[in-house]
Amino acid sequence: MSYKEKIAARAAREVQPGQVINLGIGIPTMIPDYLPDSSEVFIQSENGILGIGPRCRNGTEDRNLIDAGANYVTVVSGASFFDSALSFAIIRGGRVDVSFLGTLEVSANGDLANWIIPGKMAPGIGGGMELAQKARRVIVTTSHTTREGRPKILPRCTLPLTARGCVRTIITELAVIDVTPQGLMLREMAEETSFDEVREKTDVPLLFGEGEIPRF
Amino acid sequence: MIDKSLPIADALEAVHDGHTVMVGGFGAPGTPFLLLDRLLARGARDLTLVKNDANEPGTGISKLLEAGRVHTLIASHIGLNPTIVAMMHRREIEVELYPQGILAEKIRAGGSGLIGFLTDIGVDTILRESRQVVPVEGREAILELALRADIALIHAARADRAGNLVFAKSARNFCPLMAMAADRVIVEAEEVVPTGAIDPDRVHLPCAFVDHIVALDKLTPDYGVLPQHVL
Repeated sequence: MSYKEKIAARAAREVQPGQVINLGIGIPTMIPDYLPDSSEVFIQSENGILGIGPRCRNGTEDRNLIDAGANYVTVVSGASFFDSALSFAIIRGGRVDVSFLGTLEVSANGDLANWIIPGKMAPGIGGGMELAQKARRVIVTTSHTTREGRPKILPRCTLPLTARGCVRTIITELAVIDVTPQGLMLREMAEETSFDEVREKTDVPLLFGEGEIPRF
Repeated sequence: MIDKSLPIADALEAVHDGHTVMVGGFGAPGTPFLLLDRLLARGARDLTLVKNDANEPGTGISKLLEAGRVHTLIASHIGLNPTIVAMMHRREIEVELYPQGILAEKIRAGGSGLIGFLTDIGVDTILRESRQVVPVEGREAILELALRADIALIHAARADRAGNLVFAKSARNFCPLMAMAADRVIVEAEEVVPTGAIDPDRVHLPCAFVDHIVALDKLTPDYGVLPQHVL
């Protein structure tokens, strides 16, 4: 299993049956592969779909049916289509139970920075800002460190924010971390890591509960 | 009987230099590729375009942008078009970027006779530096003004001759909102049927918002499945 698959598989376990969820680009789009068939989750897409199904196999694409990342998708039984204003009424109106987002940086108090690197990357805001600010629960799925090995979990974000204090849970290939009023709480660790490795690669002190830290 | 259908050659007579043009579509679905090709051929310049994205290089509004016909692009995310991102960085075009649902709501407000609306989206971010921030009941909100256009170019799956529209699947997106928000609304439709042939319960956009219908007799490859997005 690649590190991305590991993150997606663990993230899928945060989803409850019947929930409305939205999947950002990258790792979040892999989460449906790990949802149990019985979960009856409704996947919302910003471009006006509630009830996205699996991605199309080659040759089955419908030219009028893409997700917000321009992938050809299917829909599940009970799906619906609507315009972009209504789509964002679902999001800003608080009807998305969980928003899974990738990130560039996330801070100890749950600030999220994932839309702009000034002077380098600024393709636009898309739906991320509204999802981050208004989904009932925001879960960040991300590699624990940057490609250069620098921590992504920081005392404060250095990049411009997407939303302040919005992140509730961070899932990486090494750990599941909850953002709490007391600080970052290490909830679970990956089988193949150690507490020392997680601590070393996280630029913020971690709290943990009593007893053994569960593994995933 | 009202018949708003028009040959494509005449449909874009109303577009002039300096106009603001809203273009439906999210990526390819809903993009009126043939109307855009005709607009390019017509030679209008100094346009302000409003679209969710910039399509992809060589297609849709990207042709107009690449040809230097566009002064300002108002969009949400142009990440699938590196050509236009590079033009933005070289300052060859002005680009105004909004959160996607805020862009949709600005258009909806424009189409609903409103002056604007108040939102807390982005109020804690750098967006506030370029927005009007106002106090509302003890907290801060961003004042977003409504957006209207001279022209809207829309793609529909089906239209009747009076202008009632049906969209297909994820091709609906910004189309009905933009059709509400422009002084003149030009629709290309894959199928044009007699008025009354669409069940009133199935009309996605009522005919009051539509001025002209162009029947498409064939779809170009731009409308098809894009090989770069096939698994």
